[in-house]
Amino acid sequence: MSWISGVGLTRYGKHPGRSTLDLMSDAAGLALADAGLERSDVDGLICGYSMTMPHLMLSTLFAEHFGIRPSYAHAIQLGGATGFAMAMAAHLVIESRAARNVLVVAGENRLTGQSRDSAIQTLAQVGHVDYEVPLGATIPAYYGLVASRYMYRYGLDERDLAHLAVLMRSHAQAHPGAQFRTGIDVDAVLSSRPIASPLKLLDCCPVSDGGAAFVISRDPLNEHRVRIRGAAQAHTHQHVSAAPTLSEFGAGISSTGALQAADVQLEDIDYLAIYDSFTITLAILLEEIGLAPRGQSGELACSGYFSRGGKLPLNTHGGLLSYGHCGVGGAMAHLAEAHLQLTGRASERQAGTPRLALLHGDGGVLSSHVSMVLEAG
Amino acid sequence: MATDRQNTGWVDGCRAIAYQCCGACEHIWYFRREFCPNCGASDPRMCTASGNGRVYAMSMVYRAPSDELHPHAPYLIVMVDTDEGFRMMAHGDPLLAIGDRVRARFIEFGGRLIPRFGKPET
Repeated sequence: MSWISGVGLTRYGKHPGRSTLDLMSDAAGLALADAGLERSDVDGLICGYSMTMPHLMLSTLFAEHFGIRPSYAHAIQLGGATGFAMAMAAHLVIESRAARNVLVVAGENRLTGQSRDSAIQTLAQVGHVDYEVPLGATIPAYYGLVASRYMYRYGLDERDLAHLAVLMRSHAQAHPGAQFRTGIDVDAVLSSRPIASPLKLLDCCPVSDGGAAFVISRDPLNEHRVRIRGAAQAHTHQHVSAAPTLSEFGAGISSTGALQAADVQLEDIDYLAIYDSFTITLAILLEEIGLAPRGQSGELACSGYFSRGGKLPLNTHGGLLSYGHCGVGGAMAHLAEAHLQLTGRASERQAGTPRLALLHGDGGVLSSHVSMVLEAG
Repeated sequence: MATDRQNTGWVDGCRAIAYQCCGACEHIWYFRREFCPNCGASDPRMCTASGNGRVYAMSMVYRAPSDELHPHAPYLIVMVDTDEGFRMMAHGDPLLAIGDRVRARFIEFGGRLIPRFGKPET
């Protein structure tokens, strides 16, 4: 058993002049304060990676910078799935008794620390270096391929996906830290600049600066701790060309594993934190996990089902699509928000009194999957 | 991925689509390697595809990933289910639709030879 005893989250957007280590430090400081711990209490450290500051040993680099001397430390690289994979690793480290208080931290000045072209080129390397990248394919194109097949298979159009972008924006409007808070409607999504059909600008998450951190501990340190009940992963492929199909990825395997590890049913879940790098990502994941019938997640979002006051509130901070995406920290914001919701601390965004949250992240092109079940403490 | 083994695919600058076939389990696949990813058997057979297939998915790229490729945009990325049974990514002619029967030819793109699918000439 392990507890998430504290979370820290910066606002996402532009943080000019702030480095990877600065943003990691900001978030780590917030998480320690939330947990009620001092730096000297931290004996485990798990980091991710930063595109603007590539380093062989990010965890020990950060430990030295931040002023901690952990007895266990390493970094993880799993694309968009990294944040939840770090939390899962911390959970396993706690259960193994290798550490008592693990700091999980990420931060990156991905928006202001590099050119837009540089970000797009680096991200495109998720594609196959010989068979995909030379075609000029981009991350949005890989997901555009998935979206085209999804719309074809279920007889949908671009409006169905647009509802998910509108939902995320409406949630972000209630979060002061969100990168984009101006309300949008379906027409705004449909008329936004084409990026990689059928995806337009507002179907795609932005690039952001920001940081996020958690303290995962062996003991319940305070009243607002949240329990990690179970976690699981699935890795079915790396490249979209090698995906077995574009309708079944590893999300179902991973979420089923996490629910089994947690010994709960999907029907018991009352809050959702699901990766949403693109509107199609969210649709695929919701449907493959079994949270929406195939082809109907957009329609459900439009009906209010996933809204703050709906049956199954989803990404109430605005998700990657509107809160923002700073790399490893991107999905960690989903967990930070889930923590606030499960502990009744989400202020005006509070969505009732959820007890069980399902988290799901994916990396690559729906390649790497990590699912977790969190329970109110 | 230059190797000294005899090869025949567009990734080596040849006007062909190469794939591999396992002599032990008959699995076929596209990304070249020295063993079968299904059963692990060594020495897979190199084969040349007919270039015929069917469009499985497609995306028109409006925002190219580099300055070098910006002038080419928009261009259509397609995934094609080949008649041989493997799936591959390539370029496609505009106005293709999912489900269309297509045939490959080869074009220059960004200083490389790449496959581009279009409707077969009748």
